Amino acid sequence: MSGVAARAAERTYAAVMNVPERPMRWAQARMGTGRFAWLFVAPNLAIFGIFTFLPIAIDFIYAFTGGPELMPADRAFTGLANLRELLSCGNYLNPNTCTRDIFWDGVWNTLRFVVLQVGLMILFSLITALVLNRKVIGRGFFRAAFFYPVLLSPVVVALIWKWILQRYGVLNAVVTDVGLHPVDWLLNGTSAFSWTVFVSIWAHMGFYTLILLAGLQAIPADIYEAAAMDAAPPWRTFRRITLPLLMPSLLVVLVLGLIRAVQIFDEVYVLTGGGPGTATTYLVQFIYQTGFAAQVREYGLAAAASLLLATVLLVLTLVQLRATRGTR
Amino acid sequence: MTTAAQLLTARRGRFRADWTDWVSYAYLILGVIVMFGPVLWLFASSFKSEAGLNQFPPTLLPWQPAQVQIAGQPAPLPLFHVLTGPHAGEDLAEVRRIGLMAQLLDPKSPNQVIRLRTNTIKPAMQMRAAWDNYTGLFSKFNFLRYLFNSVFITVVATLITLLINSMAAFALSKYRFRGRDGVFLLMIATLMIPPTIILVPNFLIASALGLVNSLWGVILPGVATPTGVFLLRQYMLTLPDDLIEAARMDNASEWRIYWRIVLPLSAPALAVLAIFSVMWRWNEFLWPLIVLTRNEHFTLPLALYSFQGELTTSWNYILSMTIITLLPVTIIFILLQRRITQGIASAGVK
Amino acid sequence: MAALSLRGVVKRFGTVEVIHNVSFDIPAGEFVVFVGPSGCGKSTLLRMICGLETVSDGQVVIDDQVVNNIPPARRGLAMVFQSYALYPHMTVYQNMAFGLENIATPRPEIDRRVDEAARMLRLDQFLQRKPTQLSGGQRQRVAIGRAIVREPRIFLFDEPLSNLDAELRVSMRAEIAGLHRRLGTTMIYVTHDQVEAMTMADRIVVLRSGSVEQVGPPLELYNHPANQFVAGFIGSPRMNFYEGQIERVTSDALLVACPALGNVRTDAAPSARPGGQVTLGIRPEHVQVGDAGPNVVRGEVAAVEQLGGLSYVRLAAPDMTIQLSGQTALALGHTAAVTLPPAAIHVFDDQGAALPHHAMTTSMAPQPA
Repeated sequence: MSGVAARAAERTYAAVMNVPERPMRWAQARMGTGRFAWLFVAPNLAIFGIFTFLPIAIDFIYAFTGGPELMPADRAFTGLANLRELLSCGNYLNPNTCTRDIFWDGVWNTLRFVVLQVGLMILFSLITALVLNRKVIGRGFFRAAFFYPVLLSPVVVALIWKWILQRYGVLNAVVTDVGLHPVDWLLNGTSAFSWTVFVSIWAHMGFYTLILLAGLQAIPADIYEAAAMDAAPPWRTFRRITLPLLMPSLLVVLVLGLIRAVQIFDEVYVLTGGGPGTATTYLVQFIYQTGFAAQVREYGLAAAASLLLATVLLVLTLVQLRATRGTR
Repeated sequence: MTTAAQLLTARRGRFRADWTDWVSYAYLILGVIVMFGPVLWLFASSFKSEAGLNQFPPTLLPWQPAQVQIAGQPAPLPLFHVLTGPHAGEDLAEVRRIGLMAQLLDPKSPNQVIRLRTNTIKPAMQMRAAWDNYTGLFSKFNFLRYLFNSVFITVVATLITLLINSMAAFALSKYRFRGRDGVFLLMIATLMIPPTIILVPNFLIASALGLVNSLWGVILPGVATPTGVFLLRQYMLTLPDDLIEAARMDNASEWRIYWRIVLPLSAPALAVLAIFSVMWRWNEFLWPLIVLTRNEHFTLPLALYSFQGELTTSWNYILSMTIITLLPVTIIFILLQRRITQGIASAGVK
Repeated sequence: MAALSLRGVVKRFGTVEVIHNVSFDIPAGEFVVFVGPSGCGKSTLLRMICGLETVSDGQVVIDDQVVNNIPPARRGLAMVFQSYALYPHMTVYQNMAFGLENIATPRPEIDRRVDEAARMLRLDQFLQRKPTQLSGGQRQRVAIGRAIVREPRIFLFDEPLSNLDAELRVSMRAEIAGLHRRLGTTMIYVTHDQVEAMTMADRIVVLRSGSVEQVGPPLELYNHPANQFVAGFIGSPRMNFYEGQIERVTSDALLVACPALGNVRTDAAPSARPGGQVTLGIRPEHVQVGDAGPNVVRGEVAAVEQLGGLSYVRLAAPDMTIQLSGQTALALGHTAAVTLPPAAIHVFDDQGAALPHHAMTTSMAPQPA
């Protein structure tokens, strides 16, 4: 920064920060240094309190009340009605027999999605990390390339792929070049589902690759040298040495990946809108639709679904805490 | 040894090129193509005019059907290249088409109408970068407004985040007060509460506070990031306590110690948090979707989303808007990717 | 400049008491050194005077004002930290000006004080540099400069020289002493090095495990140590100690039977009782070579160190260190005869306290070899 600009910036900074000086000194004198520290924590705590902790409590209120009113005071207490409505099904495996079929579509779709996406993503992240761990020229560049999509807005991600996948898009151009028929990739249920898995992997695997790569690089080189001295064949080295030592990072990646996958919404919603039909409608979309997009907003149901989702996430987070503590 | 497992366990390359090295590089290059390719394709496509975009199969470079304005004609006419016959090799403007016959004019002598069969002509292509895809954003849409909204939210939210997160981190790292550890744990606990499960109540609270449909409604709920507090606290713990004691001896108020000593010395950590915050805020989608209901308050991602629902055929503007939306993040990425990837890698190991 | 008094000062960390009932007075304008082994509490005491640690019990009084509850910055003190604690992102000028800026001193006054301090400490060339661009000695001086600029009534130094190499330490010692002569302000200086204490102090406070062992001018501590600890701590090489039992008490002498030395005669000690366990002490520099006089001890020379101007001789049995001026003819394996002048022998009771006896005369100079 040029000297003049730097000094001007410094002076503005000093001027702005000097504003609360007098009241802060007064507060410090009144409260003593120890209690004064609370003033520093207060703004952060306030935001957390209002926008994170309070909402959880209100979630419970919504979940146990009914009606379209927004203000909790106006709502009627309905007890477990919301939960019961969500969970009532003739056959749990067939969403069409459920009162809230979209909810159960969401549940099963999300389950399929999570298993497929997390499994494949970890596999590819692991392979990429292993390849990057070798002495490659331009490793920094390659690592950055895999990481780039992580930085993109989900809307951008969705539009990029929507553009590629559309009827007259470049993918179909390649397909016709090869002699096959062009496909409406996002208009077929199974195909659309597969593409949401792919796009989600594309957009996020870089992050997990980084973590796994760091975990691999933390394994000291002499362990491998010792294994070589012990004439250990490569597959054995991988299974008995690399994999166990990488386990902490793998666990982190697994749980973080699961937590994120269970909450999938943004890029899918823009890519397919949940369709065709409900083929790519996932849980969070159900919450969004019920609570904000429907003609009649059903806050109670949305909140009840949120609580169910929260339970799953809580379990996953606790598993992660236990797992990472155990390996330390 | 040439088993597949060698690929997985090798840590060092060999001096002579192994087949595993070839496979590795092939994989990496494929990866680069798959990761960068789609964005580059979007970029290339954004320079094609509407007509050019309608071409199938699509070309890499912005070719589009050429047009020519002929005196006496009300509008520019599409130019066609003649393939066979007496006019082979010429470029003629098509006035109208009836059945299988086309009526064409020679731009050089436009008085005479030439009739040719449509299967003897094909559109003439010219390469032209359709800059008006970008400039049109400003004239045709409220683009400047969306851009302003996104920039406003990103800058203000980042500034507030830096301020209150560093204040909290300072208190948690340099002071001893009752309940300190409890507060810290509480803040970390919020990491476990993803925003998706508190959407409805947050909407209520935002309504109650009059924040719905306001940019502040997007800014405020997310300024207290637990990651930010954690990061800054870790860094501030490494600052020597003597400095703070010396400043106390120097009659500095605690507030002054904070902004004249601790903040400047925490610059590296603040920079990392600033980068993260800019990225999170610029890319935010779900919460702004809920809070902002009026068009003039939309951020770029929201505007993009609503456009692609309405303008299913005007991809040219959607493409250019998408490119502009991803530009700031891309620039940050190019300049600072090493710092970002290192920051995440080290945090992940912890 | 101000006078300092500690009255019954106690410090507790939780349930652990680390400073036990410390009381002493320091007149205005003196250079006082707190000295003692690591962990004796000297830094804690300094920080309590400064206000960076709270006082659990007792009072810290500066110029008749009890300052226990006054914040550190308002006590009129300035501290030079062991690590210097310079603000790394500010220039030398800004480092020194910071304290004055905080109390809204007008800029011309700030400039005047900073310039004066910089000139005094030969820092005027470096005012625009940052601490990382300075050497260790220069940083030291900036830390001192920062304190001077505040025109405090007491200067506090927390082991300021421990981060410097030996040569720099000697020159900085002289500079600090010179500063005291020039400014005349009360200075309290904490160190674990008794050489610094002896050379710089007007008054020394010897501390051990949170208690004051003795307060007094350097030579008084040297000549009349109040207990065995002070006797062993002050003076280098260390005083020789021997256990013994009092045989006979007369009006002008004390006879002590020592397993290591035989029968030893010392000057009279009125409070001694026959049969009491005592420890005798004699400094290496007071042991005389030769067999003329009372208290002759013979022993085999186990080590000889010749420094040219001084010689150190160590006897094997009894274990004795002797300091002689000049060079010595004694060599390894010789049997040396030495005498212990009665007036030079210190007597400590079974609790370690010194038994009062005739004053040591200053004519007890080291004997020529």
